[in-house]
Amino acid sequence: MQERVKSPKFDIIGTRPIRPDGADKVTGRAKFGADHKIAGQLVGKVLRSPHPHARIKSINIAKALALAGVKAVVTREDFKEQSPEFIPAGEMLVNYRDVLRNVLAREKVLYEGHAVAAVAATSETIARQALKLIEVAYEVLPHVINEVEAMKPGAPIVEDGMITAGVTPPPTTPSNVAKRVEFTLGDVAKGFKDADVIIEREFNTKPVHQGYIEPHACVASVSEDGTAELWTTTQGHWIARAHCAKLLGWDITKLRVTSSEIGGGFGGKTVVYMEPLALALSQKSHRPVKMVMSREEVFRASGPTSGANIWVKIGAKKDGRIVAGEAILKYQAGCFQGSPVQPGCMCAFAPYDLENVKVVGYDVLSNRPKVAAYRAPGGPISEYAVESVVDELAATLKIDPIELRLKNAAKEGTKAAYGPKFGPVGLVECLEAAKNSPHWKAPLGKNQGRGMASGFWFNIGGETTVSLQLNEDGTLTLMVGTPDIGGLRASLAMMAAEELKVPYAKVRPIIADTSSLGYNFLTGGSRATFSSGMATVEAARSIIKQASGRAAKLWEIPEDAVSFENGEFRPAGDNAGKHKPMTLADIAKVAGKTGGSIVGYAAISAQGAAPSFGVHIADTEVDPETGKLTVTRYTAIQDAGKAIHPSYVEGQFQGGAAQGIGWALSEEYIYGADGKLQNAGFLDYRIPVASDLPMLDTIIIEVPNPRHPYGVRGIGETPIIPPMAAIAAAACKATGVRMFELPMSPPKVLKAMKDAKAGKKA
Amino acid sequence: MQYESPDTLEAAAKLLASATDARILAGGTDLLVQMRAEVLSPSLVIDIKKVTETRTIKEENGGFRIGAAVTGAELKEHPKLRSVWPGLVEAANLIGSTQVQGRCTMGGNLCNGSPAADSVPALIAAGAVATVVGPNGRRDIKVEDVMLAPRKLALTKGEIIASFFLPARGAHASDAYLRFIPRTEMDIAVVGCAVSLALDASGTCTAARMSLGAVAARPLLVADAAKALIGSKIDDAALTKLEAAARAACTPIDDKRGTKEFRIDVAGVLAKRTALIALERARKK
Ligand SMILES: Cc1cc2nc3c(=O)[nH]c(=O)nc-3n(C[C@H](O)[C@H](O)[C@H](O)COP(=O)(O)OP(=O)(O)OC[C@H]3O[C@@H](n4cnc5c(N)ncnc54)[C@H](O)[C@@H]3O)c2cc1C
Repeated sequence: MQERVKSPKFDIIGTRPIRPDGADKVTGRAKFGADHKIAGQLVGKVLRSPHPHARIKSINIAKALALAGVKAVVTREDFKEQSPEFIPAGEMLVNYRDVLRNVLAREKVLYEGHAVAAVAATSETIARQALKLIEVAYEVLPHVINEVEAMKPGAPIVEDGMITAGVTPPPTTPSNVAKRVEFTLGDVAKGFKDADVIIEREFNTKPVHQGYIEPHACVASVSEDGTAELWTTTQGHWIARAHCAKLLGWDITKLRVTSSEIGGGFGGKTVVYMEPLALALSQKSHRPVKMVMSREEVFRASGPTSGANIWVKIGAKKDGRIVAGEAILKYQAGCFQGSPVQPGCMCAFAPYDLENVKVVGYDVLSNRPKVAAYRAPGGPISEYAVESVVDELAATLKIDPIELRLKNAAKEGTKAAYGPKFGPVGLVECLEAAKNSPHWKAPLGKNQGRGMASGFWFNIGGETTVSLQLNEDGTLTLMVGTPDIGGLRASLAMMAAEELKVPYAKVRPIIADTSSLGYNFLTGGSRATFSSGMATVEAARSIIKQASGRAAKLWEIPEDAVSFENGEFRPAGDNAGKHKPMTLADIAKVAGKTGGSIVGYAAISAQGAAPSFGVHIADTEVDPETGKLTVTRYTAIQDAGKAIHPSYVEGQFQGGAAQGIGWALSEEYIYGADGKLQNAGFLDYRIPVASDLPMLDTIIIEVPNPRHPYGVRGIGETPIIPPMAAIAAAACKATGVRMFELPMSPPKVLKAMKDAKAGKKA
Repeated sequence: MQYESPDTLEAAAKLLASATDARILAGGTDLLVQMRAEVLSPSLVIDIKKVTETRTIKEENGGFRIGAAVTGAELKEHPKLRSVWPGLVEAANLIGSTQVQGRCTMGGNLCNGSPAADSVPALIAAGAVATVVGPNGRRDIKVEDVMLAPRKLALTKGEIIASFFLPARGAHASDAYLRFIPRTEMDIAVVGCAVSLALDASGTCTAARMSLGAVAARPLLVADAAKALIGSKIDDAALTKLEAAARAACTPIDDKRGTKEFRIDVAGVLAKRTALIALERARKK
């Protein structure tokens, strides 16, 4: 499979053509979630809990149903109970008891904004009025928001009777800790005994939202015969289909799901919120139902990622060799189990080649919305803490932070604490590139500081199906099932064109619906270009094989006597020169007469996904009188394996860095003592705006993944991991104080600087 | 919901007095947002943009009269206003983005009743007087007296702000406005500070007004700021007094946008920085 990697001479791979979906996106013609309309559609709206924690005593919908224009109301009564076991749904293990309860509360509401009922009406105004007419009797319960508070004995219990898993013997009393996980390698106690320096620190991070610009939106239409169509903005329509069919008790084949264009997902669109409600409302009302979340609903009721409390201890020799690393991670899960604490544990020390590691994680419930995946789920939090301690270690040992990392860097053959041995990986190459970059050597201005950090993410492959049709004029249509979030269609068309030696523009990719292709796992885990690319290459090779067969038939020679070179099918061996070579277009023209349409189909479970390491450099400047930090220069360096379309690789680096800068400096979920979210909008949930950011420079490193035909690694998630620690390290240089809490907002920074000054005087 | 767009403020005032939940619509950049969020659901919306006097800027008695519904973009484009009141124009131009600038007005900024409104401290520092039209006729009111508390105004039933009058300026006089926001734009002031001052030929301060936003229940006119600056050459000693006066005037709250301590600290910092900009501008005149 690696033949191309070894002789990387490509015609199309590595160039930067315009994306096939570009024109429609810049002219507004592309249809996003809320753009789909069906004649006769109703407006669906959700009634949400005003309480962070309460028992639902009763729900009375009579008055709402009596309102003219209201066509259906659904409540918990409309959905059957689901089993609490984790059962397979495609490649995931899903607890449908919790999924059901997140879609619509049952016994209790578990966070402010938790869905309680949904209505479908002929207008938005009527739907809103109907929500006000639904009478819900609540018994308000004490709530808990902070994860450390939630772990204390006596804290209000979010899920009645929850017993911590992963502890032997199992605890006898319920708590908010759903699970304890542990990863160990070697013996940390022994490692710390050998250390010359030990640094031990505690960190706190706040939940941050994926912040996709497009809110969740869907249209559902259930036919009288029980078949249904769903149009939705999602990262995985096969997943949406599985979840909806399960919650509604339908056969999967009855539900056809089409994914719209997607205005950002970042992991947050891998779950269902309104889709099952829209289908249930459509079934009840016998009309199509459209539902669109407001921005406020997106913040209150769709998943942010965890806030967390992290403790890290690292021991090293004087020469900088790290001898032991230990961490305890307490991650917020929201109101149902399933925080990304496990991947957080697994990648905490992954950039390092260590002998002694111990990481313990706790999955902690509280009265917050259930967390959803967010770009490298779990990784940014634990790696922020570890990288920050490594930076402090470098400062303590007076070793350059890049040199310290080079000394300890994971490389091919390193056994990671979470189990596997790494294949070829590019961390050392990234560190060297950072060291040699103009940025690392540039002089700094007044009140400025520079920091760097590295990051690691696993990346995945998984179930993928594509279909590549050779059209009668020699053009090709590529059907893919992984929604295109970051330039996927362009990258896949490039791989198909490269294989088939046809111009890029001759391949037109589309995202097909769930009834048109075999199963596709979602766009996530940085898998789409890797997996769908692998399937596309396989489908293209199948076309070459089939086309060779057609040429052989026409020439009446054996199939293996046809070669494919430079875009031409040629008679080879003894037959060389005996027949006029044919192009793919020549064969397409006669396909009907030589055996019918030529279609390459690949249904694979993509294996061999390879991790991607990155290194970021950040400069910050502090206003010493206000504590405001500004990022003044930034460089993201990362191993892409092979950048199929470099612009979209750079775009991912920049996007992750921008989100990380927000996480570091300004983004956070803010709760009042009443357990309610205070900043459910873009005004007070501060995502950086364009003028907050410097140009985000990028350097693409290419250490090919030997398990992919073009050497591709996933690259979408790693870029959000290093920013927080890189900026914290830079901020420390600029301000003279080390911060242990995110976001590093001006009030916190100013106070830390004032305290440090007062401390010095005292 | 009923929508009306009368030609005179007298007619608008009558309409406004006629319904308890009627609202004036200027640029709508607060009102429409609040209506969408269901914070407000007025039964009657009265658009005042058809009334000429709310939409014009004219020179009057050596000063300027600015219609309450003049947009931020129009303030910036006025040939003279920007050189005489750079701080005020700057403050109004900080509101929102280019798109918002095409709609937002100082009347709306003031009457929305937010202690953090950007143009209000600048109007107060400028000594602006609002002309109000109500069912019982017209009256003048100092801008610092208009807002009482968040969302609470000193306007009585049916009253509408018609225009703001900015007094005549002598030589060596200017103003400035600075705000602190965690981002660079599209944000709401954590602290806002406006300073307007005048110098004599020797550079001694003869008049000064400072106003702070977002540090109390309403934008403040800081009386002690004048004491700190007038009679001085705005040297370090005067600036230290000004900083102290700013901090002493603050009665902020801890909230999602900043702590008490932070707001008080930053008010002092901005007071000095704003005064220095106004000084620099006044010297150049
Ligand atoms: C994206 C965005 C960004 C923003 N950024 C800022 C910012 O940086 N700084 C800032 O200060 N504000 C900001 N705002 C708020 C808003 O734009 C300003 O307050 C603006 O000045 C309001 O003016 P308007 O004409 O649009 O008011 P409107 O929405 O028309 O009116 C606001 C209120 O005042 C009343 N009203 C309006 N005119 C009169 C009048 N003449 N007499 C009596 N009552 C009246 C209305 O009834 C309403 O209650 C922002 C808003 C948005 C949407």
